[in-house]
Amino acid sequence: MKSGAMALVTMGLSPSFLRRTAYGAELLRGASIGGNTRGRTLICLFQRGAADALNVVVPHGEAAYYRLRPSIAIPRPTSAGGVAGAVDLDGFFGLHPALAPMKPLWDRGLLAPIHAVGSPSSTRSHFDAQDYMETGTPDLKSTRDGWLNRCLAVRGTCEAGCAHDAASAPFRAVSMTEQTPRILEGPQATIAMSSLDEFSVRASGPAVDRLEALYRTGSADVVHAAGGEMFEAVKILRAANPRQYAPRDGAEYPASQFGQRLKQIAQLIKADVGLEVAFADVGGWDTHVNQGGATGQLALRLGDFARSIAALVTDLGDRMGDVTILTMSEFGRTARQNGSGGTDHGHAGALFVIGGDVKGGKVYGKWPGLEPEQLNEGRDLALTTDFRAVFSEVAAKQLGAKRLDVLFPGYDGARRDWLGVL
Amino acid sequence: MRQLPRLLALSALAVGVSCAPAGRSAPHSSSDGSPAPLLVVAPTEPREQTTDQQVRHALDRLGFGPRPGDVARVRAMGVDQWIALQLAPSRIDDSSVDALVASSFETYHADTRELVVLAQAGQQAIRQRARQAAQQGDTANKRELRADALRDDPQLREQLRRARRVVGDVQAVKLTRAVASERQLDEVMTDFWENHFSVYTGKGQTRIYVPAYDRDVIRPRALGRFRDLLGAVAKSPAMLFYLDQFQSTVDSTHTPLRSTRLARMRPAGRARGLNENYARELLELHTLGVDGGYTQHDVVEVARALTGWTMNPRQGAGFVFRPEIHDADAKVVLGHRLAAGRGIEDGEEVLDIVARHPATARFIARKLAIRFVSDDPPAALVERAAATFRRTDGDIRETVRTIVTSPEFFSRAAYRAKVKSPFELVASALRAVGARPDTTPRSAQLVAFLGAPIFGHQAPNGWPETGDAWINAGAILNRINFGLALAGGRIPGASVAQWPDAARLRTAPREQQVDAVVSAFLGGQASPDTRDILIKGENPLASKLAAEGAGSAATPMTESSDDEQMMTMQEGPRGRLGARPALLGRPVQLEGLAQVVGLAIGAPEFQRR
Repeated sequence: MKSGAMALVTMGLSPSFLRRTAYGAELLRGASIGGNTRGRTLICLFQRGAADALNVVVPHGEAAYYRLRPSIAIPRPTSAGGVAGAVDLDGFFGLHPALAPMKPLWDRGLLAPIHAVGSPSSTRSHFDAQDYMETGTPDLKSTRDGWLNRCLAVRGTCEAGCAHDAASAPFRAVSMTEQTPRILEGPQATIAMSSLDEFSVRASGPAVDRLEALYRTGSADVVHAAGGEMFEAVKILRAANPRQYAPRDGAEYPASQFGQRLKQIAQLIKADVGLEVAFADVGGWDTHVNQGGATGQLALRLGDFARSIAALVTDLGDRMGDVTILTMSEFGRTARQNGSGGTDHGHAGALFVIGGDVKGGKVYGKWPGLEPEQLNEGRDLALTTDFRAVFSEVAAKQLGAKRLDVLFPGYDGARRDWLGVL
Repeated sequence: MRQLPRLLALSALAVGVSCAPAGRSAPHSSSDGSPAPLLVVAPTEPREQTTDQQVRHALDRLGFGPRPGDVARVRAMGVDQWIALQLAPSRIDDSSVDALVASSFETYHADTRELVVLAQAGQQAIRQRARQAAQQGDTANKRELRADALRDDPQLREQLRRARRVVGDVQAVKLTRAVASERQLDEVMTDFWENHFSVYTGKGQTRIYVPAYDRDVIRPRALGRFRDLLGAVAKSPAMLFYLDQFQSTVDSTHTPLRSTRLARMRPAGRARGLNENYARELLELHTLGVDGGYTQHDVVEVARALTGWTMNPRQGAGFVFRPEIHDADAKVVLGHRLAAGRGIEDGEEVLDIVARHPATARFIARKLAIRFVSDDPPAALVERAAATFRRTDGDIRETVRTIVTSPEFFSRAAYRAKVKSPFELVASALRAVGARPDTTPRSAQLVAFLGAPIFGHQAPNGWPETGDAWINAGAILNRINFGLALAGGRIPGASVAQWPDAARLRTAPREQQVDAVVSAFLGGQASPDTRDILIKGENPLASKLAAEGAGSAATPMTESSDDEQMMTMQEGPRGRLGARPALLGRPVQLEGLAQVVGLAIGAPEFQRR
């Protein structure tokens, strides 16, 4: 796609805007060229509302689990009588039965659950905890940019002055959300859209040609340059023809918003538009009331979550060799069920890392136990792995991120505390 | 100072020169209640911009762009006179937009106490049902419980309906005023301060405090004294809640001012101890700026001084000072010693210190110069504006006056140098077509569609004031689609037919249509290329490049059958905001004048002011 004309419209893009932030200036100094890992994609999926980790990755080998949760615990895998039990993984942990669609990923070694992981911050506020997980700086509210945006910069593929592949630049970072999420906020250009259909000029007839021409008058200013890039991106997407997209055989995405958004991420990956990071989120995890056990409210959410991810992995097929999926939720929930058949805001949680390079088939993280003295503040699953240990390892190994001190400022556990999940 | 002899008091002329006849509405509330003096600053040095440019520049910078007829009106009045009037908004009649706001947007006028009740009503009803259900072994989920409660209780239905409107109403008020108010500078400054003292409706209860924040805290002080504004913000429920100040308490290593009844005074369910969040942003974002010379120690000392500044949830979350949780030990803030044993005066003195700090004058002056002049404003101008700020004890009106009457403001470099924010883009487009104010939340949702929901910036630094942050491929696409939707008649209250010139131009030759649109929408300044494209739809540069064999990328898109596919494509999943379906229905088919307008709003030139 590169041509003289593209060079014209991109020459207005300078890294000068990076200098606006302290981090940006730091990145400019530190970003390294090379280490080109183009073609590799990180997909981050945020479960907003604090998913109940103990009913997601179930410690069925832990007696205290069943004492703490008399009516909402997931039965042991061996339990008979038609009641669905946990899908056993390793004799101690199991998946919630609604996550059964993800079991084949475990069997193929693509799925690595991590337990007792989360933010060291003690906050129980959804807002603050999501903020910390997205900025990557627990208990530091003054961070302006999100870690996934910083990740784009510390990859060093473009902004440090290497050849700017304008054709792929617009789709480096795509969030399948209405607004740019906190995790992607920052100086690197990103795109937020609620569906790929939106990424088109909504006019028919000659108006489209004229609009493009208005941005291709040869002016080198930033507005013209961005417009030129946009028309290029629209063409790339049109060539990929998302409306005619047929997922690979066997990939059945749920009709839910989350399922459809994952499908569109798969489309972008398969269209080779240069997608480096993708983001989607899904709500409904704040289960204070009647969350249910093997069936019920949480089970419905998990079913959609699992079928969507399983479809994405099936759809991507061999491309999963280039892709890592990282799930996250702001904190876990109380170990003990509450008076309304639900759970309240807790501390450590669980997340999944999924991909071709993942050393799956093993539950990672040190298990702290659920006896009274083992609980955080006497009520929650204790934290044994800082989420930044997982995020920094994934960013480094999946995307080749170099400056981990810039990626997670103030965090000194990178490399030292990695779990070896990739 | 040096400028004083230049100021001419011309208050006697005010009535005769205002844009709209004055006198019908109550005077604009200013801090002292009296109308502001009308000071016309006559230029002492030649200005680089032509007279016509000065008029358009002033309308674009002191306001949200011209409405039909505005350029002629300001030219007739004289740009200096118009600027002087905008700086004295109490002299401008604004009764028609006041009446519109008063008669629409029902929740905007509600007392915060009522909004607190509204916000809690649904949750309480659901919690009560959940308890009952759990006792009966019912496994209904939250949504079902809510549906049950709503079915059985019409009053609850009404409460929830109103609760859902709160954010949409205050967003719509802000946009309505930006589009329709005669006091344009007042609106620009309200927008500036609401962004400077940014709060986020997505954080818990902040949403119910935002109407009062706009109505009672920021708006009346937008051109007032900085210290007054800072103090009102510090005591507003919106800021107390958003930056956690309400839950900051004396920590265990210090002595509370009063130690009785301590336990009962605890904010329910919250951890006790110092919370530095507001103190840090007060220094970094609201006053001194990140390079303002404060230390982490100052942040802690400011936080200690502000302990006890909280709100009373029983009285509409109004500000209260609670001695029980105030740290009464001595503190040192930015070199000033605060004696032990004091109460609310600690916080007041901190606000005095930071409001009068020279770093604050520089920080605010520079940020204002960025808003009004350019993304990288001349240092000499910033220094003069900072000097005015210091000399007038933080008089915002005089600081702005220094900037908008300066030679730098009227320089060639400043002309059309700013990229419009999404709010500015939507307001200026609606003004340019002469749109009727939209009393639905739809138009305000378009601002969110363009990436900057009103009161929707999550982090406390607010939306960027500089253009580079707004401009990327996705943003341009959304802006183009916004222009097409507007020209296609998809935005309530706005259509090309409303544009007063439309009737005359509908059957005029294309060249005349283009000239009129370029004048009204693009400030009269379109490059020959742009004009050619608007007229003929051909890009001279693209054909030249093609002739030189420079590649196919610059060749305009050819027509394809995709349009038809787009018409029949299935509905995608829709998000919470609801604005996208309105904009992104079928592709618009624009012809004639509407096409020229749609192209103009989507053109690079319209993205600037």
